[in-house]
Amino acid sequence: MTVLPPGLPAPAPAPDGLDARYWDGTRAHELRVQRCAGCRTWQWGPEWVCHACLGEDLEWPAVAPEGRVYSWERVWHPVHPALAEAVPYVVVLVELPHAGGVRMVGNLAGDAHAPVRLGAAVEAVFEDHDGADPPYTLVQWRRTEEEHTR
Amino acid sequence: MGEVARTLRGRVAVAGVGETTYYRRGRSPDAEFLLAVKAIKAACADAGIDVREVDGFASYADDRNQPSRLAAALGLPELRFSNMQWGSGGGGAAAAVGNAAAAVATGLADAVVVFRALAQGQFGRFGGGTRRPAVHGEAAMTVPYGVLSPAQMFAMRTTRFLSERGVDRSTMRAVALAAYHHAQQNPRAVMHGRPLTTEAYDEARWIVEPYRLYDCCLENDGAAAMVLVPADRARDLAKPPVYLLGAAQGGEHRAAAPVHNAPLYGTACFTTVAPRLYEQAGVKPGDVDVVQVYENFTGGVVMALIEHGLCSYEEANDVLTFENLVAPDGRLPLNTSGGNLAECYMHGFGLQVEAVRQLRGESCNQVPGAAVALAAAGPMVPVTSDCLYGTAEALG
Repeated sequence: MTVLPPGLPAPAPAPDGLDARYWDGTRAHELRVQRCAGCRTWQWGPEWVCHACLGEDLEWPAVAPEGRVYSWERVWHPVHPALAEAVPYVVVLVELPHAGGVRMVGNLAGDAHAPVRLGAAVEAVFEDHDGADPPYTLVQWRRTEEEHTR
Repeated sequence: MGEVARTLRGRVAVAGVGETTYYRRGRSPDAEFLLAVKAIKAACADAGIDVREVDGFASYADDRNQPSRLAAALGLPELRFSNMQWGSGGGGAAAAVGNAAAAVATGLADAVVVFRALAQGQFGRFGGGTRRPAVHGEAAMTVPYGVLSPAQMFAMRTTRFLSERGVDRSTMRAVALAAYHHAQQNPRAVMHGRPLTTEAYDEARWIVEPYRLYDCCLENDGAAAMVLVPADRARDLAKPPVYLLGAAQGGEHRAAAPVHNAPLYGTACFTTVAPRLYEQAGVKPGDVDVVQVYENFTGGVVMALIEHGLCSYEEANDVLTFENLVAPDGRLPLNTSGGNLAECYMHGFGLQVEAVRQLRGESCNQVPGAAVALAAAGPMVPVTSDCLYGTAEALG
């Protein structure tokens, strides 16, 4: 079961290899974020150089796959045929406190009509697309138990 | 040789402006290149100069109509300046004017046309999103989650802005209603004769929260152009010169950090550009008589007005009302041609043209005595741009 129906464009690793470690990580159900080996600054999306110290030695530690909703949108008008029957759906921008507050985009699983709270605690759900060629894994998000009982 | 002041202020003037008929998306009977040619001819006719005097072209957003082809097609004696503003789509509309003005001010060329032409029927639309089977780079981290269209790319930025700053969606509605109101007096406008009521705005379908249908720009076919010449040359031409008081372009610190990681997320990305503009122009926000702000989506216009110092975050809900945003009597007349929402989505170039018309007293929604006009391009893109135009009186 995926949050959005099949048929959307699949993610492909960048031809220059910049984000290969991220996509390899999601296949292993790990959330890997780029961090400078020299000055320990986190950055996202990935780049070939650290924006803080200009170092070129960048690591990819796995971080706790949890965060907070920094922003969100609820999509009602489908612009891709694959989404024609899938609206509304919710997109969240999730801030990762364990990775210097960098943000990632994903869908919020669950009732798409429910209110979304800025700051809501969410945890990652690794969504495998094993039948794709090549296979890939997306990082989706759901509210934590604690958030549900707020 | 003495030191030359490093400013554009007063050195370059807009001699002529022009546009084609504006069409609904895909309805242009003319090829895109012919649309560009027609707009360029119209701008030269307006200026009272021979097309053969043009010696340069500037555009933005990867406009397909290359200066070399235009120069050949128009039989120009010589091409001296050929310029494309890099990136950020419509955010380059004012930057293209600034780039052309820099060329004119420094003697690289004598008569530069800035233009934009679009035939979305011929070349496909902006709002549709990709149909490719796979995407990579930043798109791989957004598109598979259903973030494909410009509206979907900018909605989260707007949500954050509204929440963080306590700004109400009523400000966005006022922007849309003012644009449609102005379009009713503008026979060029695609939405001329199609007024928008408060009820129709409120009842329109959601596109992506927080944007309803009328918060979103149109998609159109057409072309618009402007001719820039040295200030002293402009004084001999057909129309009263409109001077460039200043031009600025650029972005905030790491504005293009991928996957929505710009540090200042809830902004239109004018927080560095606008202060530089005012400083160069020697103008304060309170001196601006009429404002044209690129509308991709209404939320970005609200952010842009605030970032240009035209009202504060705290005042926004009270100041950004329909009554205040309409000409001739509003306190902050905005997008007086109808803009991208209701005149034509000419990728923001119609807003630059309208700023010039206001200062000549030629607008369909004239602000009495307008002497300083701001025209901003971009909102919410990593590279935005601004021009401030002024009359001879404003130049002093």
